Amino acid sequence: MFEMPSGAEIQSIISTLKSGAGYFIPELYLSALFMVLIILDLVLGGRRKTILASATIIGLLGSVFFIFQQHALPDTEIFFGMYSLDRFGIFFKYFFVLTGILAVVTTMADEHLNAQESGMGEYYSLLVAMVVGMMMMASSTDLLMMFLAMELVSLSAYVLTGYLKRELRSSEAALKYLVYGAVSSGMLIYGFSLIYGITAQTNISKISMELAQHGYDPLVMILATLLVMAGLGYKMGAVPFHFWSPDVYEGAPTPITAYLSVGSKAAGFAMLMRFFFVAVPHAVEGVEDMLGIDWITMMMFIAAASMIYGNVVAIWQKNVKRMLAYSSIAHAGYLLLGIITMDQIGTQAVLVYLTGYLLMNIGAFYVVVLIANKIGSENLDDYKGLGKKMPLAGAALTVFLIALVGLPPTFGFVGKLMIFTALLGHGGDLYMWLALVGILTSVISLYYYMYIPLNMFLRDSELNAEKDFKTGMMQNVIMTVLMLLTIYFGLFFQPIAEYAKYSASMFGAVLN
Amino acid sequence: MLSLIVFLPIIAGLIILAVPASQKQIIRIVSLLAAVAQGVVAVLIWRQYDPTMAGIVAAPGGSPVGSFQLIERLPWISLDLGSFGPLTIEYFLGVDGISITMVLLTALISIIGVLSSWTIQKQVKGYFILFNLLSTAMMGCFVALDFFLFYVFWELMLLPMYFLIGIWGGPNREYAAIKFFLYTLFGSVFMLLVMIGLYFSVIDPLTGNHTFSLVAMASQENYVPGSILGPGSAMWRTIAFVVLFVGFAIKVPMFPFHTWLPDAHVEAPTPISVILAGVLLKLGTYGMMRINFPLFPEVFQAGLYTIGVFGAINIIYGAFCALAQQDLKKMVAYSSISHMGYVLLGLAAGNSEGMLGALYQMFNHGTITAMLFLLVGVIYDRAHTRAIDKFGGLASYMPVYAAVVAIAWFASLGLPGLSGFISEAFVFVGAFSAPTTRPIAMVSVLGIVFGAAYLLWSLQRMFLGKRKPDAVYDIETDAHGHEHIHFHDWTGKLDLDARELTMLVPLAIIIIALGIYPMPVMGLLTASINKLVTVLAPVAMSAVN
Repeated sequence: MFEMPSGAEIQSIISTLKSGAGYFIPELYLSALFMVLIILDLVLGGRRKTILASATIIGLLGSVFFIFQQHALPDTEIFFGMYSLDRFGIFFKYFFVLTGILAVVTTMADEHLNAQESGMGEYYSLLVAMVVGMMMMASSTDLLMMFLAMELVSLSAYVLTGYLKRELRSSEAALKYLVYGAVSSGMLIYGFSLIYGITAQTNISKISMELAQHGYDPLVMILATLLVMAGLGYKMGAVPFHFWSPDVYEGAPTPITAYLSVGSKAAGFAMLMRFFFVAVPHAVEGVEDMLGIDWITMMMFIAAASMIYGNVVAIWQKNVKRMLAYSSIAHAGYLLLGIITMDQIGTQAVLVYLTGYLLMNIGAFYVVVLIANKIGSENLDDYKGLGKKMPLAGAALTVFLIALVGLPPTFGFVGKLMIFTALLGHGGDLYMWLALVGILTSVISLYYYMYIPLNMFLRDSELNAEKDFKTGMMQNVIMTVLMLLTIYFGLFFQPIAEYAKYSASMFGAVLN
Repeated sequence: MLSLIVFLPIIAGLIILAVPASQKQIIRIVSLLAAVAQGVVAVLIWRQYDPTMAGIVAAPGGSPVGSFQLIERLPWISLDLGSFGPLTIEYFLGVDGISITMVLLTALISIIGVLSSWTIQKQVKGYFILFNLLSTAMMGCFVALDFFLFYVFWELMLLPMYFLIGIWGGPNREYAAIKFFLYTLFGSVFMLLVMIGLYFSVIDPLTGNHTFSLVAMASQENYVPGSILGPGSAMWRTIAFVVLFVGFAIKVPMFPFHTWLPDAHVEAPTPISVILAGVLLKLGTYGMMRINFPLFPEVFQAGLYTIGVFGAINIIYGAFCALAQQDLKKMVAYSSISHMGYVLLGLAAGNSEGMLGALYQMFNHGTITAMLFLLVGVIYDRAHTRAIDKFGGLASYMPVYAAVVAIAWFASLGLPGLSGFISEAFVFVGAFSAPTTRPIAMVSVLGIVFGAAYLLWSLQRMFLGKRKPDAVYDIETDAHGHEHIHFHDWTGKLDLDARELTMLVPLAIIIIALGIYPMPVMGLLTASINKLVTVLAPVAMSAVN
């Protein structure tokens, strides 16, 4: 039974919260933004969607300032070890804010979504809520907090997925997402509860110490590990926890698809890295023998399965969003390759890969939105001959897709290069085989990615409709900037790689 | 200087980007100017080049750039990888005898390519932007001395080529384009893994850091013992060699990886065929000489026989396939496979004569095949068909064309006095003098006979005799009783016009001149080839192990 805390204890709790709040400013700021956006929508009464969107962008940009200030603060755990402020978390804070901004930019371009009768009120505030949730996923150091953060992301995402209320596709996607999400959350929390049962701790570094010192029942630990992996795998969209993603990606409004495919996936990876590197003891002597938590072998299988399944099944897709969904499953596989090496280079590679993935995947979805505006379809067959009508969009999409294949000189290549460098640098036959699988599947991926430029440039349109295919000035600028950045960072990736290394160094001695 | 020659086309491409698509003539002229400027720079480089310096590899303890010339070396990317030390990637360009030959060839073929693209009417702007991008990538490959940089240029070639075949190609272009892309990518992704493996195995002797420099990789002293591709790791070194070899062999293309080539050639427009056969195929054998062999000399020595056998298969199989073709372009494409077989055979000889012949053959094949494809293009423009059987007796109606065809055809079959003869002779001298390849060379000689067969037979069927009953042209008799022929819907000059002559005559002159006096090109190669042979020699290896 709980005892009522004494007055002094309450005082100390309050003072801890107060002192912790100083390390929690970006999250607080964004929560405030969430409410401001709701009020703003009420004031505007559903008119002037551009104002709401601009306010979101400006608000998100404002948070960059607060995140930047956090660089000056020392690494600390706040709120009784529930939450951590460190460079790893800060990296992801920037990452999610950028993802959020690009998602809003993509939303602004989507005519279909903006033409909705019900307005865009909650849309932007939920989007911001998701940014907060993802930030918290990346920074939580406590099982409870991790679960809460993940639920915040999931709940916002369910609503956003079903935002096209009048469309069966969208509602169906939201329902599927919800059902799968609920099951995975259940598994995750069950796994967490088992871990808590073994260790009597919820803070991940304490769990690690407890496991290393007192040992555990391997059978229970295997079960707990599998359950946690299932919960995280669902967020990352890795095989065999991927079943939701093609349907959800296809049905959701395209900007949300882009947002989920990058943001939510990256948050899953951030949480996996923190949990896996910190909570699972591996810097301790003799732990390699503990069969109970052989995470690495498990993740090797998941990675290989994701790369093969995602890339092979994508070949048969006829809908561009569905195709990109399968491609995102494959990318989860490549990202896992960086994690299993369990070293600095691998972690750095994952962060670089994610940054590249952010640019090229959202870029690709942005062009998909622009094209859907003109042809009202996301079917690959309707892309025929579009290259002539929308040359810039065609060129940009080609660059993004080439980057997704991982060809130089694009950012996607840098990500793959670093992942494979980490694998080969790690050495060991299994890692070589995984590198081979990665390399071979990326050749397969060329086939389906190139199917889009093939339709756009090599084939002629069957429809001769004289339509206006001009995109707006602003849209052209955004496409061009994203395209040039994808190429620029493919050639000069030093700053990003260095920042990623700095962020990855947070794990310190945990990694080799 | 080298940067200039590499990036001139891309600058032209950017200018073209700013020109409105309707200004076709301006776009063409800008491209031509860039190609000519590239040619001028190539000549300047040639003048400046000192053929006595060998290149290939840096002497131990000497300068890290070795005796390469026109060096440009800048730090590009430097990342700290913790326990692996800094990851340094350099912008490192330079030439030696092997690369300068290819630079000259590329510059020449680029000019020919632009001229030959003059008749392209569809989406001219996009075409020339891609063409210039391709041109930069090719040139970059030949002068890059940092493996990473080489890889970037190597992959950069794929996309423009894909679109150039895919958009401007023939009826079955989609298939040909994606086949080309997948085949080459399949070869090159493994190169990526080997590149990373090499990076971890090689130390720059001056800085003590790992490096991507091909110069450092070429000397076995720089390999770290115990590293994945270091001395003693025989299994991985063999695998790496084979994987690299396959990657380059796909480009050559070597049997059994050749099937993309006939498809690509048949569908590609004439200028792209010219570039493909003239330059791109050489990248395969160049890669072998620059990267594959010197980095793994002991595996190369062990594989001489196998490489030679594949060379012989290429020669004879290519010739047989060519013999069976009805489509003139397909015949020329298979003749390319056959002729690249001589290059492989020369390399497999492993001695100076063979290597010299191989490299010289690369240059000569570039010029001769360019001519062959141009000539195929000429007749295709007029007749809209390339079926060998749909002609007959053309020599009397198109005498100039027939004469130029004769030069090219005879050069291709290796008639003495034309450049192809000298390189093939060297290849055979090399192959016969090396004990390993002697039996292979004896079989390969048959290839010359079959080569003569398909070339002479096609010449006879198309140009000699009388008009075939189902020929694609009509014969008209004018008032003076002279016979003229008339192609359906061809309004231009019947025989070669000025533009076509501008492309063909210089090539013909080069082929004849280098057949009589090969020293201008041969002189550039000898020092480097001799050095390469010593680097590859078994003695050099045993000293290391």
